Amino acid sequence: MNFKVQFLLPELYLLAIICILFVQSITNSLKSKTKWLPYAAFAGVFVSIISFGQNGYMLYNTYKIDGLSQFFKFVIFLGFAICTANASQNKTIKREHFADYFFFMTLSTFGLLILASTVELFSIYVALELASYSLYVLIPLRNKDAKAAEAGIKYVLFGAVATALGLYGISYIIAGQQTTFIHALAGMSWSWAENPMALIGFGLFLLAFLYKLALFPFHFWCPDVYQGTSNETAAFAATMPKLGAIVVLIRIMALMPGLEVKTIIAIFAALSMTIGNLAALSQKDIKRLLGYSSVSHAGYIMLGLVSGTAYGLSAAAFYGLVYMLMNLTIFWVITRLSSSGRNIYVDDLNGMYHSSPALAFTLAVAAFALVGLPPTAGFTGKLFLLTSAWGQNFNWLVIVGAVNTAIAIYYYLNLVRHAYTVKEVAPLKFTLSPSSTALALLLSIGVLYLGLVPQDIFNWLMKTSHFILS
Amino acid sequence: MNSTWPVLTSLIAYPLVGVLILVFVQKEKWVRVLTLIFGIIEIILALPLLKFKLGSSAFQFQEFHPWITQWQINYHLGVDGISYLMVLLTIILLPLCVLCSWTYIGKRIKEFHICLLLMTSACIGVFVALDFVLFYIFWEAMLVPMFLLIAVWGGPERKYASIKFFIYTLAGSTLLLVAMIAFYKQAGTFSIPELIAKDYPFRFQFWAFLAMAIAFAIKVPMFPFHTWLPAAHVQAPTAGSVLLASVLLKMGTYGFLRFCLSLTPAASVYFAPMMIAISIASIIYGGLVALGQKDMKKLIAYSSVAHMGFVTLGIFIFNLRGAEGALMQMLNHGITTGGLFMLVGAIYERSHSREISANQGLGKFLPAYLFFFGLFSLSSLAFPGTNSFVGEALVLIGTFKKNMLLGLLAIPGALLAAAYMLRLLQKLAWGEPSAAKGQDWNDLSLREWIYLLPLAILVIYLGLAPGLALKTMDASLAKILNHVLVR
Repeated sequence: MNFKVQFLLPELYLLAIICILFVQSITNSLKSKTKWLPYAAFAGVFVSIISFGQNGYMLYNTYKIDGLSQFFKFVIFLGFAICTANASQNKTIKREHFADYFFFMTLSTFGLLILASTVELFSIYVALELASYSLYVLIPLRNKDAKAAEAGIKYVLFGAVATALGLYGISYIIAGQQTTFIHALAGMSWSWAENPMALIGFGLFLLAFLYKLALFPFHFWCPDVYQGTSNETAAFAATMPKLGAIVVLIRIMALMPGLEVKTIIAIFAALSMTIGNLAALSQKDIKRLLGYSSVSHAGYIMLGLVSGTAYGLSAAAFYGLVYMLMNLTIFWVITRLSSSGRNIYVDDLNGMYHSSPALAFTLAVAAFALVGLPPTAGFTGKLFLLTSAWGQNFNWLVIVGAVNTAIAIYYYLNLVRHAYTVKEVAPLKFTLSPSSTALALLLSIGVLYLGLVPQDIFNWLMKTSHFILS
Repeated sequence: MNSTWPVLTSLIAYPLVGVLILVFVQKEKWVRVLTLIFGIIEIILALPLLKFKLGSSAFQFQEFHPWITQWQINYHLGVDGISYLMVLLTIILLPLCVLCSWTYIGKRIKEFHICLLLMTSACIGVFVALDFVLFYIFWEAMLVPMFLLIAVWGGPERKYASIKFFIYTLAGSTLLLVAMIAFYKQAGTFSIPELIAKDYPFRFQFWAFLAMAIAFAIKVPMFPFHTWLPAAHVQAPTAGSVLLASVLLKMGTYGFLRFCLSLTPAASVYFAPMMIAISIASIIYGGLVALGQKDMKKLIAYSSVAHMGFVTLGIFIFNLRGAEGALMQMLNHGITTGGLFMLVGAIYERSHSREISANQGLGKFLPAYLFFFGLFSLSSLAFPGTNSFVGEALVLIGTFKKNMLLGLLAIPGALLAAAYMLRLLQKLAWGEPSAAKGQDWNDLSLREWIYLLPLAILVIYLGLAPGLALKTMDASLAKILNHVLVR
C-alpha cells in the first residue's frame, strides 16, 4: 500500500482534533472546554495550505491528491474554522454537550475532507455516509424545540433515500462498466445508445449528490431542516456538505457524460433556480429564506458543471468557495443577532443599522453577494459560471440564470432594506464582542476581496481542471 | 498607452477616499463642509480633462491595467466626445447636490453624504469604463446608493418607490449581463474598443441588440418601461432626484450610443423604426401626462420621459444633426431638470408641499426664486436662447431631414412642453396665492444662489454658444454614425 504521510497532513491534523474532542466528550470535567477548537481549526487552514502542490494516488488508487482535492480541503478547513467560531457560543445546547457537538461536527468535516480526495465509487459512498451520519446527530441537537426533531427526522429519511439511490446507482455502474474507479470510468462510453445500464447507474449515483446540494426536485428537506435546527448547525449544514457534493460532482461531470444527462441536469438547474427563488420571496424566517436561496444557488453551480469544460469546472469550484463564504457571512450575522438562539425573522432586522452598523454592513455585503451584485464575490462567481455555460448548448440556461438574479434581488434586498431603512420598534438586545465584529468585517472583506481579485485562485483552479480533464 | 497622471482613476477613487474619511467624522456640520470640500477638490482634480483634444474621435486619457487576465477583463478607462461632457456634468453636480441638501436632509447626515460620494464615483465609472465588465460593475454599483437615497431619505412612499426602482433597473441589467457574456463568447474579449472593431453576424446582433436595448430603455426610461421613474423621482430627496434626472437617466442613452449603435450597427438600423416609434410615443405620452399633474415633482418627472424621448429619437434617426441634438439634450436635461428639482426642493422646504395649488402666486413674495424658476422652465420648454432649444432644434432638424412625417409627429411634443411648463410657471408666478403664508417665506438665500447660479449660467451659455460643446462631441458621433451607416 503506497502511503505517504505528507499527502495526508490535513486529514491527520483533523483526525488529531477528533481524537482530542473524543477524549473530551468522555471526560466530564473537560466537556465544556472547547474554546481552543476555533483556533485549532484556523491553524488547520494553514496546514491545508502547506499541503498544496502535491500530486499522487494513495491507498490502492482510491485516494487522489491533486490540485482540486487540496483546494477543497483548504475551503473545507476555512469553512470549518468559521463554523466552529460561529458555534462557540451556541445558546441552544448545554455547555456540557459542547464536546459532543463539536465532535460530530468535526467528524462530519472529516468525511467531507475524505470526499475531496476519494476517486472510487465505494470510497465516495463511505465518505459521504461518514459526513452525513454525523449531521444526522447534529441537526436535532436543539433544546426544547419540537421542530428540531422534525428537522432531524426529515434529514435522516431524505438522506437515507438518497443514499439508497446512490448505492443502487453504483451497482448499475459496476454492472455496466465493471469498475468503480473514476479514472477507469473516464475512458468509457457514457451514451444511452451504447451503455444504457451504466448511464442509468450514473444518473442514480448523481442523485445522491444532487440531494446533498438540495437541487430541485431533491430540495424539500432543505428549508425545513434549516428552520428546525439551531442557527449554528444550520450554518454548517447549509455550506459544508455542499462543498463535498460539489467536489464529487466536479469529478463525476469530468467523466463527460452524454448530452442526455447534461440536459436533464440543466432542466433541474433551471427549475431549481426558479422555484427556489419564487419560494424564497414569501419567506419571513430568514433561515427558511436562505434554505430556498440555497436551492437556487445549487442551480447556479450546475451551470459550470453542465458545461463540462475546464472553465466550467473551475467556475463551479470557485463558486463553491464563494458560496461557502457568503453564506457563512450571512449566517454569522443571524447567529449574532439571536442572543437566545431562536430563529430570526425578517422583521428582527429592523433598525439593525443603528444598533450595529458593522453587522448591518456585513449583512448588506453578504446579501448583495448572494444576489450577485458587483463588486462582490457573488458577481464574479456568477459571471464565471454564466460565461462558462454560454456557447456550450446551454445559452437558455444562462438566460434563465440571469433572469433569476432579478427575481432574487427582491428578497435579498428586503433584508438590507429592513436593516437600513426601517425603524426598529422593539430593538433586539444583543451584545457584540470586538472579536465578533472584527470577524464579521473580515468575512465581508473576504467576500469583496474574492470579487475584486479572483485571478490567482481561478488560475490555480484552471490548472487543476485541465489536469482532471486530461 | 497610460496617461502620465491617472486623471480618470483619480476622479473615481477620490470620492471613495472621501467616504473613508467621512466614516470617522462625527460632527454633522463637518460632514457637510467636508463633502462640499471633497466636491470642490473633485472639480479641481478634473481640470486636467480640459486638455481634451477637440476634433478627435479617439478615446483619450486612457488607462490600462490587466485585471483578470484569464477572462481578458482589464481595468481600462478612457473618454471620448460622448462621455466627456457627461463626466463633467457629474462632477459639477456633486457640490451642488451637497448644497441643495444642506438643510433639506435632517437625519443620518453622514450616511447621506457617503451615498452621494459613492454615487458620484460609480457614475463617473460608468461613463469612462472601456471594459464591458468594468462598465457593468459601475452600472450596478450605482444602484445601491441610489436605492438607499430613496429608501432612507425619501418621502412617505419610499419603500414602494425604492424597491420598484431597484427591481426594474436590475431586471434590465440581467439582460445586459447576458449580452455581455454573449459578446465575450463571440469576440473573445471584454474590451469595448476591441468589441467595436469587430463585425458580428446579423442574427447575433439582433438578439444582442434586444437584450441591451431593454436594459437601456428601462434606464432612460422609455415608454412603456417608465413606470418606475415618477415614483422614484417623487419620493427621492432633492439631491436624489437631481442625480437621478441629471446622470442616471443619461446612462441609458449613453448605453444606446456606446453599445447598441457601436456594437450592433446592423440591428440598430433594423430596429430603428421601432425605437423611433417608441421615442415619439414617449414624447407625446410624457407630455400629456405631465399636463395633468398637480404635483410639481411628478410634472417634472413626466416631462423627463418626454425629454428623454427626444434624446432617443435623435439617436435613432442616424444623422449627425440628430445625434448632436441627442447628446446636447442629454446634457441640457441634466442641467435644466436638475435645476428644476432643486427649485422644487427649495420651495418644499418653505411650504412643505409640492402641490402646485399650495405654492401658487409666489411671484409677489419670491422674485429671485421666480427668476430662476422662469429661466429653467423656459429652458425646459426649449425657448430660443436657452440650452434646450439648441438640443431640441437639432433633433427636430435631424428628424425632418430624415422624414418629414416623423418631424411632424415629434412637433406636438415640443408644444406640449410649452403647455405644461407655462401652465406651471403661470400658476407659480401669477396665480392667486392660496394662503397668506407666502409672505413669511424668505427669498433665495446665498446658499441657494450658489447652487442655482452655475446651472443658470450653463443654461444661457449653452443656449447662446453651443459651439464648444458641439465641437467636443462631433468627431465621436460622426465615427459612430459612420460605423452604423456603412456597416
